Amino acid sequence: MMTQILRALLAHWRHRPVQLLSLLAGLVLATALWSGVQAINAEARASYGRAASLAGQAGLGRIVARDGGLLGDTDFVALRRAGWIVSPVLEARLRNPGPMRVRVIGVEPVTALANGTTSAGPEAGSAALLALITPPGEALAAPETIAALAGVAGLPPLRESAGLPPGRLVMDIGQAQALLAMEGAVSHMVVAADQPLGRAPLAEVLPGAVLKTGPVGGADLARLTDSFHLNLTAFGLLSFAVGLFIVHGAIGLAFEQRRPLFRTLRAIGAPLRGLVAALLVEVLVLALITGLAGVALGYVIAAALLPDVAATLRGLYGAAVPGTLSLSPLWWLGGLGVALAGALIAAAQSLWRLTRLGLLAPAQPRAWSRAALRAQRWQGAVAGALAALALGLALTGTGLVAGFATLGAMLLSAALALPLVLSGLLALAARRARGDLARWFWADARHQLPGLSLALMALLLAVAANIGVSTMVGSFRQTFTGWLDQRLASELYVEAVSPADVPALRTFLNDRAEAVLPIWVAEGALPGGAGAVYGVADHATYRDNWPMLSIVPGGWDAVAAGDAVLINEQLSRRQHLTPGDTLTLPGGPDLPIVGVYSDYGNPRGQAMIGLALFDWLYPGSERRRFALRTDTPEDLRAALVGEFGLPAANIVDQAAIKRQSLQVFDRTFTVTAALNALTLGVAGVAILSSMLTLAAMRLPQLAPVWALGLTRRRLAGLELARALALTALTALVALPVGLLLAWLLLAVVNVAAFGWRLPMTVFPGDWLRLFALALLAGGLAALWPALRLLRLPPAALLRVFANER
Amino acid sequence: MLELRGLNKAFADGNGGRIAVLRDASLAIAPGETVALTGESGSGKSTALHICAGLEPPDSGEVLIDGVALSGLGDGARAALRRDRIGLVFQQFNLIPALDARANLEFQAKLAGRFDADWCAALTERLGLSDVLNRYPEQLSGGQQQRVAIGRALAGRPGLILADEPTGNLDEAGSTAVMALFLDLVAETGAALLMVTHSERLAARLGRRLRLSGGRLAQ
Repeated sequence: MMTQILRALLAHWRHRPVQLLSLLAGLVLATALWSGVQAINAEARASYGRAASLAGQAGLGRIVARDGGLLGDTDFVALRRAGWIVSPVLEARLRNPGPMRVRVIGVEPVTALANGTTSAGPEAGSAALLALITPPGEALAAPETIAALAGVAGLPPLRESAGLPPGRLVMDIGQAQALLAMEGAVSHMVVAADQPLGRAPLAEVLPGAVLKTGPVGGADLARLTDSFHLNLTAFGLLSFAVGLFIVHGAIGLAFEQRRPLFRTLRAIGAPLRGLVAALLVEVLVLALITGLAGVALGYVIAAALLPDVAATLRGLYGAAVPGTLSLSPLWWLGGLGVALAGALIAAAQSLWRLTRLGLLAPAQPRAWSRAALRAQRWQGAVAGALAALALGLALTGTGLVAGFATLGAMLLSAALALPLVLSGLLALAARRARGDLARWFWADARHQLPGLSLALMALLLAVAANIGVSTMVGSFRQTFTGWLDQRLASELYVEAVSPADVPALRTFLNDRAEAVLPIWVAEGALPGGAGAVYGVADHATYRDNWPMLSIVPGGWDAVAAGDAVLINEQLSRRQHLTPGDTLTLPGGPDLPIVGVYSDYGNPRGQAMIGLALFDWLYPGSERRRFALRTDTPEDLRAALVGEFGLPAANIVDQAAIKRQSLQVFDRTFTVTAALNALTLGVAGVAILSSMLTLAAMRLPQLAPVWALGLTRRRLAGLELARALALTALTALVALPVGLLLAWLLLAVVNVAAFGWRLPMTVFPGDWLRLFALALLAGGLAALWPALRLLRLPPAALLRVFANER
Repeated sequence: MLELRGLNKAFADGNGGRIAVLRDASLAIAPGETVALTGESGSGKSTALHICAGLEPPDSGEVLIDGVALSGLGDGARAALRRDRIGLVFQQFNLIPALDARANLEFQAKLAGRFDADWCAALTERLGLSDVLNRYPEQLSGGQQQRVAIGRALAGRPGLILADEPTGNLDEAGSTAVMALFLDLVAETGAALLMVTHSERLAARLGRRLRLSGGRLAQ
């Protein structure tokens, strides 16, 4: 029996291939965009996991120098003698050519293995670690790292270790010290979980060291990048929702078209349960097929976008994510699950209505449209409630989740309100129209609205998202460019090859540059998490150019005297710190805050103190970088190369840094732009499928007008014009929605995600481009049905009257 | 075969009152008997037929098919009863638009698990549908569609045929030919027939004639 019912139900699709295609396309696209984003997130998070395991032996403590500098082999020996079970690690950047930044991680395999503090990643076994110390002494790296290091001299033999993230080179600590010219140096010591009782306190053995616990490395990275991934997830969800609009529309239409069939089937003995079960099977089979295709397409999308995402994460957070996908079966199953869940959500209303449908309920296909009209009032009430919720959340909510909830409620409210708004506008146009044809044109457009409203709602979401995000990105870029101009006031930035070169370099520069401004930095704990403290020289370069958001009078003098501190915007917003409050510096004193500066370079907290105070607090910090003020940067560069043989990468001019920074910025939003374009494409498919499926149902409305004397050519032209008018009105309604979205992104989401608030700038040129794109999508979608109408034989129109018996 | 006991049914008239379409209606139809149900438009003929088929419940009273009371059955059991024992012919044909004529004709028999290929082939032949079996409903004339609907109702050899104005959508000549064929086939299967019609001429061709007026059934 089930076979017969299914046969009757499925036969519907054979006769409506376009409708089937629209259903399949909607579900495939929705699944693809969602699972593509999830693939990117999964790959990145797996990398953070590997980084956590590599860098910090997650959960284990680390002993580091109190002043942020280096420890030594002797410190390791002292600790071991005092009974501490530790393993030394040296971590530093390799000065290698090429685009990949490689960090050398020197480990001591014997103690690492004995203590359970292995540093070579989760997949490196003891055999691989022991290969580090047995001749010829190999180094472990990911395949892409090995490829990037091809031809680099002085490296030990490289062995592939797929478990390592890219950009990491693990070797024996002795080899690392030699390679990095850091003999006897140790960055930190990993502390085994089980320590013997009665060992000497750390403060006695190494007074200059501290024990740090808590998240480090990859775990920290995962926390920092959460906001980025939440952004991607939100976009994936938006695309998924837009796709579901199509599926919901296609399933709803198929349901309405089959109402007479349901009635007949039930009248001749098909039980309601059997019918519902058959419809459920139909939905699940379609979802399974489209889910598989969607997940495969999602893989392609993710593979195409991942290199940009990897570059973004590297540029923004220094996170090493491979540019290739390696996904687990769970991801594939998850994608299928989402497709199934999406199809069921989209079909739920139709299935529910079927169970409520009286056996003898009127079986008119257009009942759906009338029901949609009846539902408008209810829809308006829900839209109002959602708008109120969005307003409430915007005013009272805090945090990223509240920010995205506000966005979601606002967008959904706008989408639900769209049919009402359009209906009002079309009614107004019909009242104002001159001539019967014009009145019919607008009235008929209004009549068509229920059938098209889902597609138009999808278009509204896509256009609003595009306006919102492009406004946000444009505003951000403009602010960022201005900020770079202020922040990068010095003409040259130079970095000594090793700490030993610094004194000679300074002496050399003091004679040739107008000003030598040290860039000294110490990593450490600031309120709310890990951050950085910068030492800043007392110089007009900072006083005149630094991008201050607020500063108390005499603030720079207080900083120069070592009596005060400046903090960045993200630290200020997250910890609610403002000038007048006090900040506790890592390992140092409490200082009053005298100013807040904008900082779009990283999402972490940052503080600036006077150079003398920095020198006193963090004597062991790295001090190899300087900003140089000079009128002759090219001459100075040539002199530096001639005198010190500095590699090109160690002398960067202002323009190059700005160029690189803007490149990183633009790549950051490549993924967003791609997802935006895909969402717009999905909306285009939604309109096309709606137009095509409605085209056949339009005949009863068009045939009388044709019979009254309008040519098919004229009717086809009017159909096209009607579609363009509806698209244009939707795009116009999308404009304020998009601007509201941009404001929410800038004033709520960015503040929660990155800790900075940006001024909003509008770009009317972008609006015009989007408007044209939306019209193009609507026009193209209407073109095919219009052409079909143009070529429709008169007999087909006459059949409408024949069926009216 | 079919027995109605004291059926009552009324509808709201839209002004707060109720219009009775069946008042204490009782009837018994024996196997093989053919009965015409006539009456004015809106007199409740179709409602009575729907109640007989279990498509609509009466306000009170009982319908028994082969001695089984419909009021005691759930939706699934009523559907099974319609599937296995009743053939329905609608005025609007109600064919499945996505299936061709052959699939439509065989549909209910297959649904009930009573498909007999030889009988269906014979029906196809007798109904003159051999040349149009691969056509879809929209490609068939009104007369052809009605013959497919009749074939569907008879394909499972049900004990009871309920027909609602089966020729209401056909012209005079077409309806005469189709009705003759229909009644012949019903007689061959030995099924009981209750047919709603407003045509006195058609009603005269059936074994018994009932008139529904003011909610009451009269001979």
